[in-house]
Amino acid sequence: MNYNWNWGIFFQTSPDGVHTYLETLLLGTGWTLATALSAWCLALAMGSLVGVIRTTPHRWLVRLGNAYVELFRNIPLLVQMFLWYFVLPEIVPIQLGDWLKQLPDASFYTAVVALGFYTSARVAEQVRAGILSLARGQGWAALALGLTRTQAYLYVLLPMAYRIILPPLTSEFLNIIKNSAVALTIGLMELTARARAMQEFSFQVFEAFTAATIIYIVINIIVTFGMRYVEQRVAVPGLIGAKPAVATH
Amino acid sequence: MFSNFDYDVIIRSLPYLFYDGMTFTLALTAFASVGGIIFGTLLAMMRLSGFVPISVLAAGYVNLMRSVPLLLVIFWFYFLVPYIGQWITGASRPVQVGASVSSFVTFTLFEAAYFAEIMRAGIQSIPRGQVGAAQALGMTYLQTMGYIVLPQAFRNMVPVLLTQTIILFQDTSLVYVLSITDFLGAASKVAQRDGRLVEMYLFAALVYFVISFVASLLVRRLQRRVAVIR
Repeated sequence: MNYNWNWGIFFQTSPDGVHTYLETLLLGTGWTLATALSAWCLALAMGSLVGVIRTTPHRWLVRLGNAYVELFRNIPLLVQMFLWYFVLPEIVPIQLGDWLKQLPDASFYTAVVALGFYTSARVAEQVRAGILSLARGQGWAALALGLTRTQAYLYVLLPMAYRIILPPLTSEFLNIIKNSAVALTIGLMELTARARAMQEFSFQVFEAFTAATIIYIVINIIVTFGMRYVEQRVAVPGLIGAKPAVATH
Repeated sequence: MFSNFDYDVIIRSLPYLFYDGMTFTLALTAFASVGGIIFGTLLAMMRLSGFVPISVLAAGYVNLMRSVPLLLVIFWFYFLVPYIGQWITGASRPVQVGASVSSFVTFTLFEAAYFAEIMRAGIQSIPRGQVGAAQALGMTYLQTMGYIVLPQAFRNMVPVLLTQTIILFQDTSLVYVLSITDFLGAASKVAQRDGRLVEMYLFAALVYFVISFVASLLVRRLQRRVAVIR
């Protein structure tokens, strides 16, 4: 293979004149994490709301929730991103559209909203599955104790459901980190975009991509082990997933 | 809002969108899902192998592919495939293969990791006694896999494999970054040429939605029909 490896490239100054290439990659990592975490908050909030209304007895709310999930699941993320970024400012009233277009860091906000809603549909599926996996008696018991339906969800059903669906939620969180790379198409300078920029300016293709790959793997490992710890801490006692109770004297 | 919505630009570009764009999207989806399922099944068999180096190799490949964004893998292979081509053919300089070929390679190898996990679950869902029974009948490993385990694993996993194919169909839109004329690429080129982003992107979203939604309804129906009664 006649490729000239040059690992020293990371410590050379990038075209911005201030940062080394390594620093630009780390800045990109910051944007990746900021985008993923902000979008995750939105996804968790919307996903929980939609997941919950799909388990209520109100037929129209269930249909609305189903429609929401189908809408955001069946359009590719890239297309959704274009819709939020290029189409939304054109179809809202002109003043609002102009404000949206002039927003500083517009690609960041757009990426957060697009990723958040896209992932919320998947979270909604998990939350719904989690609630439906609980014994029906739990909800009835909560109502029989005099809790309102809202209280039953908040204090009985959701705390159980979240603990049960933690593993699939972890993989959705890993997905949101990976999917944030799609935001490079609307100009967000996250990790993959920085690696691509480094490749374009320095011609050191494989060093740039290797570094980005390693950073993604490290993030993955940290999240996976962190969540495994959390899973053990919050495991519901008595379920197969939980460690059996140890008798102590 | 929609007062100056130009339906005509959509009608005018329909042949380009579908004949040039959608053909590529569907070809990529079909090739990558068939190739991915074949390679993925091999990976799953390797991963379940009792020979440790082979299972570690397969597990490493699957975990690597699953922990990096598809876009980064697309860029990786776009630059790597010419060197692989040079290595295979023994040419003196990197082989220029073009964005399309590289995207076919990328999607097959990337999706194989996801199909491998599905097939692994499928193989593991077969009772161990069946493998023992096959061996007792004198079947070799390949016969056991080919005649007993894999047919049942496929049958159990068909709905999941098809769901993954729908995801793959949506993921193919990412070849946009290589400026390939897939369905989204075609829509995007018309959008920018005619300054009609609203119409073209909304239409693209509608088409993706209809295809994915109908396909997922069919998968759900199939799921009920092929479910093995236990």
